[in-house]
Amino acid sequence: MTKTATRTWQEVRPQRRAAIPEGLWLRCPGCARMIYRKHLEANLHVCPECHHHYRISAAERVDQLADAGSFNEMFTDLAPADALNFKDLKAYKDRLIAEQIRTGSSDAIKAGRCFIKGRQAMVCCLDLTFMMGSMGSVVGETITRAIEHATPDPALNKPGLPVIIVSCSGGARMQESGLSLMQMAKTSAALARFDDAGGLFISVLTDPTTGGVTASFAMLGDVIFAEPKALVGFAGPRVIQQTIRQELPDGFQRSEFLLKMGLVDRVVHRSNLRTEIARVIDYTGK
Amino acid sequence: MSAFYQLDFEKPLSALEQEIAEAQGRFDREFPSRSPTAGLAPEAALDPLGSVTMLDPQAQRLLARIAELRESHRRQLAEIYGKLTPWQTVRVARHPARPQTRDYIAMIARDFAELHGDRRYGEDPAIVTGFARIGPHKAMIVGHQKGKETAEKIACHFGCAHPEGYRKALAKMELAAKHGVPIVTFVDTPGAYPGLGAEQRGQAEAIAVNMREMSRLPVPIVSVVIGEGGSGGALGIAVADRVAMLQNSWYSVISPEGCAAILWKEANEQTNSAAAQSLRLTARDNLSLGIIDAIIPEPVGGAHRDPRGTADQVRQWIVQSLDELIRKPVQELLDGRYARFRSMGSWLEQAPSAVAADPMPAD
Ligand SMILES: [Zn+2]
Repeated sequence: MTKTATRTWQEVRPQRRAAIPEGLWLRCPGCARMIYRKHLEANLHVCPECHHHYRISAAERVDQLADAGSFNEMFTDLAPADALNFKDLKAYKDRLIAEQIRTGSSDAIKAGRCFIKGRQAMVCCLDLTFMMGSMGSVVGETITRAIEHATPDPALNKPGLPVIIVSCSGGARMQESGLSLMQMAKTSAALARFDDAGGLFISVLTDPTTGGVTASFAMLGDVIFAEPKALVGFAGPRVIQQTIRQELPDGFQRSEFLLKMGLVDRVVHRSNLRTEIARVIDYTGK
Repeated sequence: MSAFYQLDFEKPLSALEQEIAEAQGRFDREFPSRSPTAGLAPEAALDPLGSVTMLDPQAQRLLARIAELRESHRRQLAEIYGKLTPWQTVRVARHPARPQTRDYIAMIARDFAELHGDRRYGEDPAIVTGFARIGPHKAMIVGHQKGKETAEKIACHFGCAHPEGYRKALAKMELAAKHGVPIVTFVDTPGAYPGLGAEQRGQAEAIAVNMREMSRLPVPIVSVVIGEGGSGGALGIAVADRVAMLQNSWYSVISPEGCAAILWKEANEQTNSAAAQSLRLTARDNLSLGIIDAIIPEPVGGAHRDPRGTADQVRQWIVQSLDELIRKPVQELLDGRYARFRSMGSWLEQAPSAVAADPMPAD
């Protein structure tokens, strides 16, 4: 066996990848102005001119959300398996390795304990840079373990933790088929037990959150926040358009639309996210 | 029966079917006094102690010929259905004559008391709900309905439920749970409806809430995938203690066409077939993946050829499953249901230190 054959993604250890293309200057998709990268980064990857919220990786999200140095990553021993031996134009196995090498992550999620403005919480961030943040077994299992870890248990004198899940996902991962689908039931069932035990779950919807992720834990928050103009829905806009054969109204399936429909509690600017989360933790804390 | 709709892989049988029909017609014409016994069951006419001995030799020959043709037809049909590809199975699962939820209610339930509406927005005929008796059990039946005639199909959106359908399902399941009545669900949907109103009224939320609440309803829940088990729209009424699939149904995260359009960039016969294969969506696949607990066999040639025979099998499985489940204390039932879904998925687990055992030189 050659060394290259046994090399795993973890041994390759590439540089952490950002969700935003390289370059000193970027054209903002919101206002078409040229934005200096340093300014963008200093502004939480939000356009200083038009407040367009750029998509960010899970690592960047954790950096933004957690008090500096407080993130204690958990469940990192989980790695995806190709139980179905799935093949489309490319084998899932190869796709996984390519994504792992490209992103330096094992799968599309980062989870762990941290402090947010001094309040301890369990945080899970989906990672759009890894296979569009799709939920397969590893994402579902990580979220379930995080919820279970955070579930209060008076019998064990365990107080539990608030759970914060930041979603961004293309939905359930097709390459794990039925197993991905079942992660929807699994995470939802874990949230039922968490709810029974009196836990607080804050769901944060970011651009884009669709499919099986929206239709499971993402819409089950006790409190649901959405970043401005994030695409949030069950079916993708293209599928809907093909079904109803008419133009979709402006702003359809965006955060502000969901707010108007009564489906989310607040649209929260990224710069206020920590404050709003901390506030709800305080209000619901014993 | 299948004259108006023929699956392409059943074409080899059509010549034979025509020959049977012709022979049958000839018999009916030439021996009109015997025609009542000829009908669909020539076996009756061939009863050695019965009427056949009274027939003239020509009639006997003709009946024997019909029986021979039928046997040959049955053998070929069994052969075709014995080696259906996953994509062919999907086509059988969608056969327009395949029994639907309302057919099963008519065939296996007694005293059906239908209940309508979600008390919030409206009434969605794509999900049927109501009290019924199945064998010795009371039950709340919840099932997708695709519709048979055009008007019903349109009203049901071809089995694609709206949020009000999922909320109606949950409301009735909660009613059942409150009164200790077990729940039986029939899954048969290409997927939840993807449309403007559905999104506006929170399709994703409705499905998510159903899954969360079903996981903790304190009564037995059994589900049968009777046709199509399309993604979250299916799972939204299928978080159960026991899940079975009919032999020629499918259950997956996405339809083969949807998967082909995304991963193969184009949905056509060939890519649909490849996607169906990759998705591992058949009953046998789902059983081996631990997603379902049982496969309910269908009569030779599929449920659409023998709805009653299929319904008998479905009823047997439901009654037997409920017999077992109603004996369990509630906490044991709920722990079992949680454990059932908790264990699903496939991943690798490695101690992080194991990776460092053979380190690559740092770049
Ligand atoms: Zn801008």
